[in-house]
Amino acid sequence: MRLITSYFIGLIFGIGISISGMANPAKVLNFFDIAGTWDPSLIFVMGGAVVVAFIGYRIVFLRKAPVFDAGFQLPTNTRLDVRLIAGSAVFGIGWGISGFCPGGALPALGTGRIEVLIFVVALIAGIFAARGLIALGAARVLSGKT
Amino acid sequence: MDTVFTPWQSLAGGALIGLASTLLMLMLGRIMGATGILAGLLSTSSFQDSGWRLALLLGMISGPLAVLAISGQMPLIQVPVSTPMLVVGGFIVGIGVTYASGCTSGHGVCGIARLSRRSIVATAVFMIATGLTVYAVRHLWGA
Repeated sequence: MRLITSYFIGLIFGIGISISGMANPAKVLNFFDIAGTWDPSLIFVMGGAVVVAFIGYRIVFLRKAPVFDAGFQLPTNTRLDVRLIAGSAVFGIGWGISGFCPGGALPALGTGRIEVLIFVVALIAGIFAARGLIALGAARVLSGKT
Repeated sequence: MDTVFTPWQSLAGGALIGLASTLLMLMLGRIMGATGILAGLLSTSSFQDSGWRLALLLGMISGPLAVLAISGQMPLIQVPVSTPMLVVGGFIVGIGVTYASGCTSGHGVCGIARLSRRSIVATAVFMIATGLTVYAVRHLWGA
């Protein structure tokens, strides 16, 4: 049941991404190109998603636990650290270069377009590269302490 | 490349994204973040969670096919970006979202809906960075 439910939630997300325009780099890049061929559509995507999720979460959090788990698994970190801010800035640069973000590209794999696959492979390589860098940093901190 | 302004379609799509985020929290108690779902699948330590993540990913990938089945048309994807720039951009996005622990869906939608301070800051930072990058690429560099 948990798997079937997850599949259908993913499907709703994928349909939403597909019709919203978030999976279309030309539309994403035009949203940010206020000085050029501006297309404000994406503000409606963000607006619609945030409003629905904001109201939805308020209702869901009236429950003590989700249907299929003993508790809600929410992020506990509240620090505004360098990693968050620098990481977000780096993400923005990559998004501005490619026009794809992970949430747009993963559903777009279903279109079978080679550009999407190229982006996702590079994305995965970037995730592993960052993990390597983080592990290196952690190793350096550990060796510095001993 | 010009694109057509689609406020109603985009609003409907956004509402479905918000609905999916709400349902994932209601049913599994998880944040609907593409970064978290992909990163979780690429991690051996969260093996017991890979089942629902894989099912969710398969659902996401079925999205465009469902749109094709309903409307008779694949969702429009126009890529005004060269292949090398897709590779560079994708790699940079991968590094950024790993350090930031989230992207547009996790921080931009779910995090803001939870009024998370980290997500609000993250979203503001990446929106500004993306805007500046697009300006630099299109108007300074002239691509």
